[in-house]
Amino acid sequence: MNESKGIKSWLLTLDHKRIGILYLISVMSAFLAGGIFALLIRFELISPGKELFDADGYNQVFTLHGAIMIFMFLIPSIPAAFGNFVMPLMIGAKDVAFPRLNLASWYVYMAGAGFALYAIFSGGIDTGWTFYTPYSTSTTTAVIPMTFGVFVMGFSSIFTGLNFIVTIHKLRAPGITWFKMPLFVWGIYATALIQVLATPVLGITLALLIVERFAGIGIFDPAMGGDPVLFQHFFWFYSHPAVYIMILPGMAIISELIATFSHRHIFGYKFIAFSSLGIAITGFLVWGHHMFISGQSDLSSLIFSFITFFVGVPSGIKIFNWIATMYKGSISLRAPMLWAIAFLLEFSIGGFTGIVLGALSLDVHLHDTYFVVAHFHYVMVGGTVMALFGGLHYWWPKIWGRMYNETLAVIAAVLVFIGFNVTFFIQFIMGTQGMPRRYYTYLPQFEGMHGFSSIGALIMAVGFFLIGGYLVYAMFKGKPAGPNPWKALTMEWETQSPPLAGNFEGTPKLRHGPYDYDKVVAENAVPEYMHEPHR
Amino acid sequence: MSNHSTEHHHILPLRVYFSVAAALLAFTVITVIIAQFQFGEFNLLIAMIIAAIKASLVALFFMHLKYDNRIYAVVFVGSLMFLAVFVIFTMFDTLRRGDIYEEVAHPLHDARIYHQTITPADTSRTSSDTTHSSDKPAESGHH
Amino acid sequence: MSHTAEHTTHLAHHFADAQQQADTAKLGTWVFLLTEVLLFGGLFCFYSIYRSWNPEIFHNAHKFLNVWLGATNTVVLIVSSLTMALAIRCMQLGERKKTIWFLVATVLLAGTFMVIKYFEYSHKIHLGQLPGQWYTFTEIAGTNPHIFFSAYFLMTGLHGFHVLGGIGLIIWLIIKTARGGFSPEYYTPIEMTGLYWHLVDLIWIFLFPLFYLIG
Repeated sequence: MNESKGIKSWLLTLDHKRIGILYLISVMSAFLAGGIFALLIRFELISPGKELFDADGYNQVFTLHGAIMIFMFLIPSIPAAFGNFVMPLMIGAKDVAFPRLNLASWYVYMAGAGFALYAIFSGGIDTGWTFYTPYSTSTTTAVIPMTFGVFVMGFSSIFTGLNFIVTIHKLRAPGITWFKMPLFVWGIYATALIQVLATPVLGITLALLIVERFAGIGIFDPAMGGDPVLFQHFFWFYSHPAVYIMILPGMAIISELIATFSHRHIFGYKFIAFSSLGIAITGFLVWGHHMFISGQSDLSSLIFSFITFFVGVPSGIKIFNWIATMYKGSISLRAPMLWAIAFLLEFSIGGFTGIVLGALSLDVHLHDTYFVVAHFHYVMVGGTVMALFGGLHYWWPKIWGRMYNETLAVIAAVLVFIGFNVTFFIQFIMGTQGMPRRYYTYLPQFEGMHGFSSIGALIMAVGFFLIGGYLVYAMFKGKPAGPNPWKALTMEWETQSPPLAGNFEGTPKLRHGPYDYDKVVAENAVPEYMHEPHR
Repeated sequence: MSNHSTEHHHILPLRVYFSVAAALLAFTVITVIIAQFQFGEFNLLIAMIIAAIKASLVALFFMHLKYDNRIYAVVFVGSLMFLAVFVIFTMFDTLRRGDIYEEVAHPLHDARIYHQTITPADTSRTSSDTTHSSDKPAESGHH
Repeated sequence: MSHTAEHTTHLAHHFADAQQQADTAKLGTWVFLLTEVLLFGGLFCFYSIYRSWNPEIFHNAHKFLNVWLGATNTVVLIVSSLTMALAIRCMQLGERKKTIWFLVATVLLAGTFMVIKYFEYSHKIHLGQLPGQWYTFTEIAGTNPHIFFSAYFLMTGLHGFHVLGGIGLIIWLIIKTARGGFSPEYYTPIEMTGLYWHLVDLIWIFLFPLFYLIG
């Protein structure tokens, strides 16, 4: 970080830490863009009828909000930014397995984002982020540039996943066995498995959609013997595991935050590690729960609903283990921990309501209502985004060598917590009362609740902008942070802040487990290196 | 470290390569010949079995899975397993779509909802009145 | 222990030794092949579903494919897999010239495959045996016979695209081998390209019976 200067050294870097920062800038920019669309949505919904948009315009706004947030922000965010920066440090590696592929993945992401941007300005897109046929094959909006952009960004995700799988298998420093790795690495690994298995199917799905739009060969057109529901199978085979791409890295961060800020050995390490794999695998078996009212066979609805109940179990195991970790711990309520606690509360609600939706009989009524919207925002925002911001605050001093203002951080965390719950909790109620999703207008009985929800969005926005402010300030003017301001025990805290270009001066020696708080005191530890032959 | 006899440098004898190639060609001939006969549904099964044998030969020998670290075989077989899930679970839908016609034609005999015709004038009629046979589903179903 | 051997293996700075680097490349390649299986797998799923829904069209339409051309292409790819494997073996033994010859043979066989496909495709285009709304052929009984050709062109098209990619990679290998870029200590790119090429062969091993040998 302190080494070569100049824009070229950044744009041609092979250093995983710099690539992580490039990604961080990109995904936070996407978060800002997606957030602006969110504010536009909530503004439109303050009262029934048109405020800014008519129905067609509103379709564009929620589509872009969803597509940007999911494909440009959530999917890459934690793995590409923090996985890249922190994971090699945690396993004592000098870099990822394929540094050039790593840089390529960022350029591919930017290329995909470019196509998406082009789509926004050349007609936009109004299909919903799910691009369902037959509307997506017949609408006049810029479906092909947008889906091609997503297709390209998919490759970025595959490259990252491939790189991380191989890195974790092959580049761990001696002594760092699978069960001596931090749980953050397990989470990133499980995520990477999903990335390489699921994303190619998204690729072929979007390719088929593009071919269909371009050449009209009728693969999803009933008039030509095609089946529109087939698109949904193809789409959700990726997109359901994709939600686990989004949450597993968040859970991975939470393991680190809870252990560090409880100053306690993590409870049930192996359970948490294996539950990450469990989520990754079972996540592939439930996609049809997005399709209960699509016209798919009753048999498949039954099977998908049944298996959906199991997918909540590994997540529940994690929640219990994290709480058990906190029990009798020495809790430090610093900002990262506040985000982690918010996660525990909000993700639990999100997870429970997911099970509600997994019940076939209930989903028939709740599908396409605000209940679904509330559910997925509780897991994606209440889960992933809380974890991301917790990680952002946790590793900010490591990345820049400077600490942010704790008072502002606490205020911001509280603002976001309040704002988030004001925005979304009431949406569960709206959903059960029948408020449909993706509608720009609504019956008068919902006006009060929508207004309340929109106020929450404003509070959240204030919180996020505040964070942007003090974090950027801290980058340049924050108090210098030492190598280990949190007294944590994972290996990234044994390097300087910011780390050396080569991460470690030699091959680091593992002297204790990542959570041995009962055995080790982590003062500003100086790393020990293996004796190596001179090269 | 001067150990060059690691799996990385494992050199297969020529005859292995040529025997495998010969077997692949032989199976190709076999599969073309068998396809000329009509075994109905089994044609597909037999062709796929032969293709699987050929694929295994390529994977085990040409791609060295037989001699390499097991992890690579796990990766390869793993990919096939997830593909199998994709195809099989999708077919739980696509092969059983027609079930709904059976259900409409022959509803469960004690699911009285299928037997009710609800009109405003009929509010006095209770569901226990109806003991109709199953041939009136069109009146009551939601379409 | 000789250090010069390590210098000729192009050891990247983040690896401890050449073996780790080679193993890493191999695992990376296999994970990449996993993604290719899932990519093509989507189309195999597509094929399975539409064939299960329209068995008679698939049967009727396949008769218009030339089994001999298909079988020839299968033989061509099998032999090209052999030549690719032999190319790697030659480099393991340090026989640079033979490596190049086998790589060239592989490219020529791959080219033959593409030429045969070109003739098959142009014949179909000429007859109007095309996907979807472009279908104008009349001699196949059944509803929506174009579905077969959608599957055919999508799958063999994606496969052909991968054959072209393979040709490009192998040409690069030929050039690099000729310039002395590989040795018995370091031939990882040839080996990894070989794995890719075998997968391309593997996929065709399934495509051939699925399109040309429908009973």
